[in-house]
Amino acid sequence: MNERWRIVRAPAFDPRSDDDLQVNGPILAEWLVDFLTDEITRRRGFDRAIVGISGGVDSSVTAFLCARALGPRNVIGVRMPYRSSSPESLEHARMVVDALGIGCETVDISDAVDGYLAAQPDADGRRRGNVMARVRMVVLFDLSAKMGALPVGTGNKTERLFGYFTWHADDSPPVNPLGDLFKTQVWALARHLGVPEVIVNKPASADLIVGQTDEDDFGISYARADRILFYLLRGYRAERLVAMGFPAADVALVKARLDSTHWKRHMPTTAMLSTTSINDYYLRPVDY
Amino acid sequence: MEIEIAVGQLKPRKADYDANLEAVGEIFAVLETEAKPVDLLVLPETALSGYFLEGGVRDVARSAASLHSDLLATFRSRVCRPDAVLDIAVGFYEIADSQYYNSGLYATLTASDDAVARPGIAHVHRKFFLPTYGVFDEKRFVSRGRRIEAFDTRLGRTAVLICEDAWHSVSGTLAALQGAQLLVVLSASPGREFGGKAIGNLERWDVLLRGMAEEHGVFVVYAGLVGFEGGKGFTGSSRVVDPWGRTLIRGPVSQECLVRARLDLDDVAVARGATPLLSDLESAVGDIAAHFHRAASVPSGPGWEPRL
Repeated sequence: MNERWRIVRAPAFDPRSDDDLQVNGPILAEWLVDFLTDEITRRRGFDRAIVGISGGVDSSVTAFLCARALGPRNVIGVRMPYRSSSPESLEHARMVVDALGIGCETVDISDAVDGYLAAQPDADGRRRGNVMARVRMVVLFDLSAKMGALPVGTGNKTERLFGYFTWHADDSPPVNPLGDLFKTQVWALARHLGVPEVIVNKPASADLIVGQTDEDDFGISYARADRILFYLLRGYRAERLVAMGFPAADVALVKARLDSTHWKRHMPTTAMLSTTSINDYYLRPVDY
Repeated sequence: MEIEIAVGQLKPRKADYDANLEAVGEIFAVLETEAKPVDLLVLPETALSGYFLEGGVRDVARSAASLHSDLLATFRSRVCRPDAVLDIAVGFYEIADSQYYNSGLYATLTASDDAVARPGIAHVHRKFFLPTYGVFDEKRFVSRGRRIEAFDTRLGRTAVLICEDAWHSVSGTLAALQGAQLLVVLSASPGREFGGKAIGNLERWDVLLRGMAEEHGVFVVYAGLVGFEGGKGFTGSSRVVDPWGRTLIRGPVSQECLVRARLDLDDVAVARGATPLLSDLESAVGDIAAHFHRAASVPSGPGWEPRL
């Protein structure tokens, strides 16, 4: 070893590091509370919000943020179980309601879902899950009209990028505080906000099929997927990610999901016929 | 020379020029209650309409003359002291010569014709660097300004920059070389990146504004818009930075407020005397200009000739 020229080396890239996905909980929470206050109250003139609460971490975090933004008495949590939904989900949703002191409605969607599916005996699990998600949106928007409360969405960035949601159902509420946060970042925010540990620590599940978990459906953990998504969205090519140390199979899986679901992140495709085509030529922002 | 500064950190009502003009009128009235009269009020980029308008720019754009006329009428309706004088720097979407710009007006307002100053427009700065990437789409809706100019006001030599203008160090350099002692930066900066000690774009602004002030020995007054527009929230944090790069006062991230500070422009000479970087720059400006000229005229560099 040379005594004079000691080498001071920058650390090597670690594909298992979460450094790039860290969030500053206090600053982020305050920002999202301001977002909800401004977008719900100032821009849209509502003073109440309605959130479908599943007992999962995304809707719990959303309810916590809404309660801070509008006051608990101005937030309604709606539980919408289907007959096969986990009783634990219903119980966890109740924990959120009790922890925050927000209003609570429970609407069992079983009859509505089964009424339709009775005529569709060949519906597989995917179709049945989509019907449940769409019925939940019908309920949420109807209760919104009944109560004068704006629906607030709960979808996170990872599920949006994976297309892991029912189009024009889960993604339909007009305001969404979590849509630019990866799932692992939502977990971090949940811990900062004080969402009950049992909700934060349980495996994420859409609870559309008994025993289902998101990560089983994906074939990859959120932790691994989020790191790869982070770099893909920054503009890194798949081959570079592999060279950086990410497993090639993981990169391929994540990229395939991302590339096959762009359509789900857009409005319907309209045939453009004029030079005043809406959102092509005629451009006005959502809050104009 | 001492100058009383106020920065109005406001949430505009989207595309509602009259309501926003009314809000400016409220600020005029509040400033009148200050013990010392305010000399200069600075309002953020697009303060009279909100920032993200897309094609709506065409609906809300005003000429600089008509904006000045409206501001003058508002000032006179809100301020009773007949000798009151206020300089104002304000961001707005401008229509001029049948083109649209993202502009900053610097003008003088008087409460009556008996005031010591005359009302009038000192300068209109048209945004020089138009961000058109990511969340920004300015080149699609407005034309680019062609000049960065310092100009004389009753308070001292000043230059106006708008948002991305200040992200290019050359903008502050051009203003300082023209004698600016006070740089007014109008901004609508959407918050992004929440992993650090502060919001990412604010960390960048800290470096930029302090660096600009310290490098050239100028005061920097930064006015930041607040409020959310379609999910994009602006990060306020209006501030005043002295010629040593010290932040004298800084507003909050999200709330409307008025930021106040007193400056002494004599500090510019004191700071430059101790660290004469601007003087060093002036002595080298010929060589620098030659570099720029070469960069602009020589057909070479990345992208000029396709490499196969």
